[in-house]
Amino acid sequence: MDGKIHSIETFGTVDGPGIRYVVFVQGCPMRCLYCHNPDTWQMNTGTLMTVEEILTDYEKYRPFLKGGGLTVTGGEPLMQIDFLLALFEQAKKQDIHTCIDTSGIAYNETNSAYIEKLDKLMEYTDLVMLDIKHIDPEEHQKLCSQPNEPILKFAKYLEKKQVPVWIRHVVVPGITDKEMYLRRLGSFLGELTNLKALDVLPYHTMGAVKYENLGMEYPLKGIPALDKADAVKARGIILEELHKKRKELHLEK
Amino acid sequence: MRPEWKDFVGGKWETEVDVRDFIQRNYTPYVGDDSFLEGPTEATSKLWAQVLELSNKEREAGGVLDMDTRVPSTITSHAAGYLDKELEKIVGFQTDKPFKRSLQPYGGINMAKAALTTNGYTIDPDVEKFFTVHRKTHNAGVFDAYTPEMRVCRSNHIITGLPDAYGRGRIIGDYRRVALYGVDFLIKDKEEQKATTSHTMTPDVIRDREELSEQIRALKDLKALGEIYGCDISKPASNVQEAIQAIYFGYLAAVKEQNGAAMSLGRTSTFVDCYAERDLKNGTFTEAQIQEFIDHFVMKLRLVKFARTPEYNALFSGDPTWVTESIGGVGVDGRPLVTKSSFRYLHTLHNMGTAPEPNMTVLWSTRLPANFKKFCAKVSIETSSVQYENDDLMRVTHGDDYAIACCVSSMRVGKEMQFFGARANLAKCLLYAINGGVDEMTGVQVGPKYRPVEGDYLDYDDVMDKYTAMMKWLAEVYVNTLNVIHYMHDKYCYEKVQMALHDRKVKRYFATGIAGLSVVADSLSAIKYAKVKVVRNDVEITKKVKNPQTAKSELKVIGTAKNVITDYEVEGDFPKYGNNDDRVDQIAVEIVHKFMGMVRSHYTYRESVPTTSILTITSNVVYGKNTGSTPDGRKKTQPFAPGANPLHGRDTHGALASLSSVAKLPFKDAQDGISNTFSIIPGALGKEDTVFAGDLEIDLK
Repeated sequence: MDGKIHSIETFGTVDGPGIRYVVFVQGCPMRCLYCHNPDTWQMNTGTLMTVEEILTDYEKYRPFLKGGGLTVTGGEPLMQIDFLLALFEQAKKQDIHTCIDTSGIAYNETNSAYIEKLDKLMEYTDLVMLDIKHIDPEEHQKLCSQPNEPILKFAKYLEKKQVPVWIRHVVVPGITDKEMYLRRLGSFLGELTNLKALDVLPYHTMGAVKYENLGMEYPLKGIPALDKADAVKARGIILEELHKKRKELHLEK
Repeated sequence: MRPEWKDFVGGKWETEVDVRDFIQRNYTPYVGDDSFLEGPTEATSKLWAQVLELSNKEREAGGVLDMDTRVPSTITSHAAGYLDKELEKIVGFQTDKPFKRSLQPYGGINMAKAALTTNGYTIDPDVEKFFTVHRKTHNAGVFDAYTPEMRVCRSNHIITGLPDAYGRGRIIGDYRRVALYGVDFLIKDKEEQKATTSHTMTPDVIRDREELSEQIRALKDLKALGEIYGCDISKPASNVQEAIQAIYFGYLAAVKEQNGAAMSLGRTSTFVDCYAERDLKNGTFTEAQIQEFIDHFVMKLRLVKFARTPEYNALFSGDPTWVTESIGGVGVDGRPLVTKSSFRYLHTLHNMGTAPEPNMTVLWSTRLPANFKKFCAKVSIETSSVQYENDDLMRVTHGDDYAIACCVSSMRVGKEMQFFGARANLAKCLLYAINGGVDEMTGVQVGPKYRPVEGDYLDYDDVMDKYTAMMKWLAEVYVNTLNVIHYMHDKYCYEKVQMALHDRKVKRYFATGIAGLSVVADSLSAIKYAKVKVVRNDVEITKKVKNPQTAKSELKVIGTAKNVITDYEVEGDFPKYGNNDDRVDQIAVEIVHKFMGMVRSHYTYRESVPTTSILTITSNVVYGKNTGSTPDGRKKTQPFAPGANPLHGRDTHGALASLSSVAKLPFKDAQDGISNTFSIIPGALGKEDTVFAGDLEIDLK
């Protein structure tokens, strides 16, 4: 089974617990304005790699990846679900910790064939890192050119399956930093009993260079990077609302 | 037992010089965390503020605050100097005041003079005359013996950075001996050695006797240096403060005597800790006091300064002194050599802020205590000032009392030393192979006139054949150049006090080095896996001549070299070193192995053992500047990668793949060390200051 691969990073440190072997797949339907990997957008391109090739390469680094594991990110990994399924099934046989870093956009509850595959994939998945870009549907559409409905539904799906999940959220000045949105996000996350971690990231401008190199206009030109302290503050607001919700639901005292 | 040694566990070390035996019997391994550490005392903060102020003044003055123009530096040449005598717990400067650089003419009067001139000072004419007419220097000796071939190699930068005009450095005196035994004991030991040399006066025996006499005189001077500062170091140190002070006097004597390319300290922290533990137990000093002694010691090490020229600083990208201190490691008995003082040394980076010197080097083993590893990571993240070396690898060769000189050169303290040999430019050598020995930048016929490459495209087997032949030539001229240098350095600029702090029988390493390895590997890979077309041009033959008016070197055109290959066009892609791809990594391995074999085949001065290093941490920029375009697509004058690093931007699979490529290089063929410079922004190492800590977790109680 081949995957369409953008690149491999042997020393990933921000894509899950521990040191990770990170596979960047090629192709993503989202067009997030702050995307720092626009070179992974285009579908039906990339280097073809087999499951075996990837896992053989992984084994070269096993001693370094103790406490870490394999993360597939992108691009959008769930656009290549057949490949992902084959990869993770084999990875679990080799006792590798598996993680998907996804936007959740590919989730489609009406496609029963897809759901069947997804159900199976979840059996081989140790962790899902779900990126919620914006809690508000209209704002989400503006930010990512896609609706957030499938994403939020995917979160619920993961909850139902009790797949451990880390939520990532990027705080962009003037776009996602409004307190109202942060509170709504917190309230939503409060219902997720499978939530293990919350990573609130300050928006940075390091992606701008890539756009320049690709000859593309950087959509967020002029928006300054967010202070780390502001991200910590935003995280506090989200967590405040999250705990409120959990109390409401009698999940905590 | 001597009163100064009370409460120590005795042994062989009491009757003969054996610092390792003392450490092994007396050190207390520490597996706890960093919570015991103390912050800076008021005196430390005050002194450091004063240092910062002087540093600012030095910067404003253009990099040098004061220089001695008259007094050639010796161990006892200057009166005592202080920052603030009342506050300093560890004393001693190279001259009579801090930030005043000493005059060191023995390596070469031209370099000493140039260091003054280029910084706006003038050398005392009597001193200049004395060291030109009456007293020969190392540099003068070398140039008396150099062959024309050696000189042309040197001026065309195929062999570069040679220590032929300045101190070679890279020798570590066992400064701990001064503390443990006191100088009188060491003098007695050396006198016994002198009394028992052979009576047949072969040149070797004569040299030994002369050197031992020099060593004994240096030890007497060392004692006098203590007296200048009101300290008696004739006897063993009786507490931790005295021990640190004695170590420092030993080191200070060395830097007063030698302006070496790297003046490293050794492995002192665990030794010092034996005293610290005893004093803590006896209530002699508190933790805060002990930290203060170490802080003040490190402050002094940070203030070691040499008079150097702007060219020298350009070669090393700064003004490094390489006061390397090796910390930690694991003993051959399996006990980690980590003590509380290992923490205290690193903690100076907190107490006085980050600094490049002393070069704190952690001897890393997978078996170091977890708390120490964590602390190292923390200090690295906060200060970016810690170097790591593989103890598990080096312990096999050097045991558990070795230290690092400069950045990677390992040697048993007091038992081994090295002859520093700078580097051969293997990338340029490849270009010589292609051009039949003609330099691609200057047009000069530097190497032997072998047949150059013919045709428009490079053929791997053809180039490899030619390269092997050219490397053979280079290894020979390189080794012999170094033979000249070290003969003359021993003769005219002998490291008296440092060698006095060595055993009688010293193992000497003959340290060669190579530059441009990744350029060579990628070039050969390009030739093998892609198609490389050559571009031929006429090159003006230039020669360096000194302009009598400005005393500066200028390039003069003296002819034309026809049809020199000066550029390359690469068609197609090829495997690049740094991606854990054996197709190219094994080329790098082969080159190192081959070249080392060639070096080994030659006579090396003073029964020294040949080694090589792949470690140009800073001078890779200058080497690149002097090297033409290479078949890997690198354009002329572009920098090489530092050390054994892949060329910038060519490693595309992340750090582990890149490091794995480097790790394939055989240590047995590069025993003087392989360096890999690794820069990463903290954010890319994990979540900012909480690397791998996983504190993203939410408290869901």
